[in-house]
Amino acid sequence: MPFIPHTEDDVRHMLSAIGVERIDDLFDEIPPELRAGELQSVPEGMSEMEVTGLMHMRAREDGQPLCFVGAGAYEHHIPAAVWQITTRGEYYSAYTPYQAEASQGTLQLLYEYQSMMTALMAMDVSNASLYDGASGLAEAVLMAVRANRKSKSRRILMPRTLHPAYRKTVRTIVRNQGIELVELPFDLRTGKTDPNALQAHAGEDFAALAIPQPNFFGVLDDVDALTDFAHANGMLAIAVVNPLAMAVLKPPGEWGDAGADIACGEGQPLGAPLASGGPYFGFMCCKQAMVRQMPGRIIGKTVDLDGKTGYALTLQAREQHIRRSKATSNICTNQGLLVTAATIHMALLGGEGLARVAAACHANTTTLIERLTEIQGVERGFDSPVFHETVLKLAAPAADILRSLAAHNVLGGYRLSDDYPELGDAILVCATELRNAVDINEYATKLARIMATCAQVECPVEPKFN
Amino acid sequence: MLIFEQSRGGRRAFAQAPAQKAELSGIPETMQRKQPPALPEVSEMQTVRHYTRLSQKNFSIDTEFYPLGSCTMKYNPRACNALAMLPAILGRHPHAPDSHSQGFLACMYELQEMLKDVTGMRQVSLVPAAGAQGEFAGVAMIRAYHESRSDDARTEIIVPDAAHGTNPATAVMCGYKVREIPTLDDGDVDVEALKHVLGPQTAGIMLTNPSTVGVFERRITEIAALVHEAGGLLYYDGANLNAILGKVRPGDMGFDVIHMNLHKTFSTPHGGGGPGAGPVGVSERLVPFLPVPMVGFDGHDYHWLTEKECPQTIGKLSAFAGNAGVLIRAYVYARLLGREGMVRVSEYATLNANYLAKRLSDEGFALAYPARRATHEFIVTLKKQAKELEVTAMDFAKRLLDYGYHAPTTYFPLLVPECFLIEPTESEALHELDGFVDAMAQIQAEAEDSPDRVKTAPHSLPVRRLDDVRAARELDLRWQAGD
Repeated sequence: MPFIPHTEDDVRHMLSAIGVERIDDLFDEIPPELRAGELQSVPEGMSEMEVTGLMHMRAREDGQPLCFVGAGAYEHHIPAAVWQITTRGEYYSAYTPYQAEASQGTLQLLYEYQSMMTALMAMDVSNASLYDGASGLAEAVLMAVRANRKSKSRRILMPRTLHPAYRKTVRTIVRNQGIELVELPFDLRTGKTDPNALQAHAGEDFAALAIPQPNFFGVLDDVDALTDFAHANGMLAIAVVNPLAMAVLKPPGEWGDAGADIACGEGQPLGAPLASGGPYFGFMCCKQAMVRQMPGRIIGKTVDLDGKTGYALTLQAREQHIRRSKATSNICTNQGLLVTAATIHMALLGGEGLARVAAACHANTTTLIERLTEIQGVERGFDSPVFHETVLKLAAPAADILRSLAAHNVLGGYRLSDDYPELGDAILVCATELRNAVDINEYATKLARIMATCAQVECPVEPKFN
Repeated sequence: MLIFEQSRGGRRAFAQAPAQKAELSGIPETMQRKQPPALPEVSEMQTVRHYTRLSQKNFSIDTEFYPLGSCTMKYNPRACNALAMLPAILGRHPHAPDSHSQGFLACMYELQEMLKDVTGMRQVSLVPAAGAQGEFAGVAMIRAYHESRSDDARTEIIVPDAAHGTNPATAVMCGYKVREIPTLDDGDVDVEALKHVLGPQTAGIMLTNPSTVGVFERRITEIAALVHEAGGLLYYDGANLNAILGKVRPGDMGFDVIHMNLHKTFSTPHGGGGPGAGPVGVSERLVPFLPVPMVGFDGHDYHWLTEKECPQTIGKLSAFAGNAGVLIRAYVYARLLGREGMVRVSEYATLNANYLAKRLSDEGFALAYPARRATHEFIVTLKKQAKELEVTAMDFAKRLLDYGYHAPTTYFPLLVPECFLIEPTESEALHELDGFVDAMAQIQAEAEDSPDRVKTAPHSLPVRRLDDVRAARELDLRWQAGD
């Protein structure tokens, strides 16, 4: 029997010790009328060999197209050591470290993670992770409403330049607590938050302003001015950042005169594979004064009975298993294994390595923009500096162009018209450090051919697989 | 020693980053960081050695018996991990078009179908990232349902006092007041108390069955009828689904919404605290409110179902489609088990729990509910030991670590004094169970003869008992240069 070690003798011995005849007798407290019949939709079991064959087939169906899509999930090199160590059984198959003495490995690693994240963000404290960037922002919004004692409102300023899926997720999670999300429009020329629209809210009561950097369009916004605006108007500043970008960009703790109050975001670029969107991890850092309002697990350093250094879950009085209905969040399990990977990833790359990777992403994206905008009918969407992603406007239906590219095994970008109809036929493209000159050339060549055909005949172009 | 303390300026894992640093030509200097972040500067081998050694300070399923009640610490088959880490599966971008996603979507669709079947629910959404997020989705759907009927006076969620802490915390996150009801001495919910709190203000009830005290709620059909009569809905916390897999289905018990913990019942790893996956299943009336995206099938192709197709959805819970990699592991596990294997899970989990309960009881340990059949877990109360020997459940727990057994869940549920919630799972062999009983008996003997040995345990782990008060009072949450 798969994953059940009992021999027939074992079963006989155990049943006789319990004093019943059959295993099914152990279910005699379930009312008979509730007992289930045979499962209908679950197929017969398979051997590992058979399932392996099935999964290889499924994987082959999807192929491995050349990916220029980012939009919140980025394909990076992950050192081989990261997942080889992360999937060691001692990390992979351990539980949340409630028994600290039997979990010092995970606990010390999490303390190291907190230390690395605070260094990367230039913030005081970090928690041990949340589910992902989007739900992490929702937790940051809830935290800001709790922590901002100056504000009586339950309103948050949310720029439209924030990832659309993040804004949707935040809405799902905070709406039942009477929190109002007020959208801030962006400047169609720069792709940054519209400073006039922001100024229109000066003097109003908001609990916080969310500040993405880079924003969803890849654009770098004037985060110093935004942070100072928030503080001048009694709002907390919530930084929503790409952690890899922070290796080369001014980190949230240094924004404006006083620094951001909360920094959160998607941890995926730090060692998590794309994997269809998860598991990733959300990170969250904040100023020391707000630590008791932070959701999620936090690890502290302490000593044992002999005075020896050790690590333990701390500030648990914030959490659901102690405070129940008065907890800061209902979060319990978070994303420990992804944090394990991220910690090893950051240790292997170091600050200099991360900065080099970030710079390589930026350089490749610069090349990509140059090559693609040489093509007739392709131009930049905004005239602002970007990190590793940019908006391109196409003189042809974006959906058709992307479909044709996909048929040629290139994922050419993320179509923006559903979320931003005002941008017309625009796509968001990204080149990480993995997209080298050969890849970029392949994309540019294929796009040029498709755009040319498109200009001559009516789209859509009939795709041909290569 | 921390990885930071092994750091030396100028050292790196040189194979892992570009040899030259590219120019940040397009980024204004005012936006740039002045110094790279102060991360450790260590070699690749130092890193590998450090984190391998740290791992050896952990207990885990792969190394120890881990009978943590309510957590279902069973074997996590290695094939599930290996197949989820096939390059094309790891490399699939969440925004890949349907043309490059049929293999992945087929797995997700089939998982939805299998979970529908084992829970007896009408439809399943896989997106909640963990049990607590599944709970959130479930209660948010209950709220959306009442709102869609303009039934706005329902402000309360009923929760038994034995419930997991996430239940009341979730109800509050969804804007509800929590009404607690007591548990009877035999472990069942106090139905008279329930009748007393039910009313037009009742939005729903959150129940776990088998309950957190490790017994099957025998009057569940009556409870369901009472709650439905009052206009409320029933939420099923799937923490204990391992106990009943293939034997009885929450949908048949009358539940309207359920979350499953795939990191328990479907053997995906706990990972030292996540990632989990907490899919939700619902009865007919809650189908429109399920969180998106889900996977649909038109008989030929698989496709995503989003806000467009599901306009009444409670919305998205994460940026993409939840913890897809965890879902793939659960899918592989489900295919390995198949329909016969699913039933065997609950059968052998229950056999192991009842055997272990009987043996511990025979050794003189007090069961909290001796008149009841154990499910996949059961409670031992050490209140006699605490009173007569001044050796507490925590002392027993710490001493078990010395014997090479992870401690059961201690002090939960809160209503049983000095309790151990013990869940052996189906994957443990007879000799492991017997070894655990022997260790408990030896600790009992020690508690009688040399109680200090137990009260100061553990003695053989990397650290002895830690000063939690100091950890909270003198907060030290990160390494700083000069530490």
